Amino acid sequence: MSLTSNQTILLLKEIGKTLEEHKTLLTELDGAIGDGDHGINMNKGFTAVTKKLDDIQTEDIGHILKTVGMTLVSNVGGASGPLYGTAFMKAAVVVAGKNEIDLHDFVKIMEEAVEGIKMRGKAVPGDKTMLDALEPAYNTLYQAVEENQPIEDILKKVKDAALQGVQYTEKIAAKKGRASYLGERSIGHQDPGAVSSYLILDTIYKTIRNIKD
Amino acid sequence: MVGLVIVSHCIEIAQGIRKLASQMTPEPVPIAIAAGTNDGRLGTNAEQVTRAINEVYSSEGVIILFDLGSALMSTELAVECLPEEQQKNVVILDAAIVEGAITAVVEISLNKNLKEIKDVLKDLSINKMN
Ligand SMILES: [Mg+2]
Repeated sequence: MSLTSNQTILLLKEIGKTLEEHKTLLTELDGAIGDGDHGINMNKGFTAVTKKLDDIQTEDIGHILKTVGMTLVSNVGGASGPLYGTAFMKAAVVVAGKNEIDLHDFVKIMEEAVEGIKMRGKAVPGDKTMLDALEPAYNTLYQAVEENQPIEDILKKVKDAALQGVQYTEKIAAKKGRASYLGERSIGHQDPGAVSSYLILDTIYKTIRNIKD
Repeated sequence: MVGLVIVSHCIEIAQGIRKLASQMTPEPVPIAIAAGTNDGRLGTNAEQVTRAINEVYSSEGVIILFDLGSALMSTELAVECLPEEQQKNVVILDAAIVEGAITAVVEISLNKNLKEIKDVLKDLSINKMN
């Protein structure tokens, strides 16, 4: 199965809707251990993305992802702007010129996104950041695609791995971001960036399941 | 003259640092600030850092000081997006932002070059780039 440019745009807009629905949750999570703006920031960023995608004039999925990245960089105020922005801009490069993407492209997209986030945030797994959701999700994706599993199973495992990562962030102290100033006090709270990453992967799973049916 | 850019989450912090640092010299020194989000909340964004760099840029160079967290990420992103011949003249330093700005302004007003100012500010590093 592959996604066309239009389906990719639809998927990106669905991500925007999910983040809007979870705006309060993300802001509350960030309020507990950070500066309380993650929900507002992600919603602002993806609202701007949706607007841009409404009148985008290209079939090139690389161009679409690059537009998403650049829009996030200029419209999100917190760390998630440069982080997700870099992720989308790096991912854009591996699908440049493509009007259709498949699971193998998605593996490359995720690989670049995770690398971009590591480069930008200088975090490693265990720091209580979005990487704790994204890295296991990527590893699961890579493995499952190698084994040629059905797409729905793959994407379900990927979002489940991210959710496990989210739950893991609850048990550890933050070493990066504003929460790191709280040290041990950050234990017992989920990392908001890990949660937004999970929500994005969950939306990918649900949307592609619907497209497929 | 080398230019100075202050990147902060908070516009009042950036304005205050500029005010404090400007006091150190009778001759005005090029200082630009990038602070807060486009809609006036706390935060940083790369677009504003790019604008601030361009405001004070010359081939003599630009020094950028930042407060914390995403200020560095937005700054690095902005610098990566500059034309290559400009990138090598722009340095991000992790000096304590208030002390760093005051020291930078003094050094700039003494017409020190980029390398000399960088060396002086090294002593004020608080290791926030790792
Ligand atoms: Mg925040």
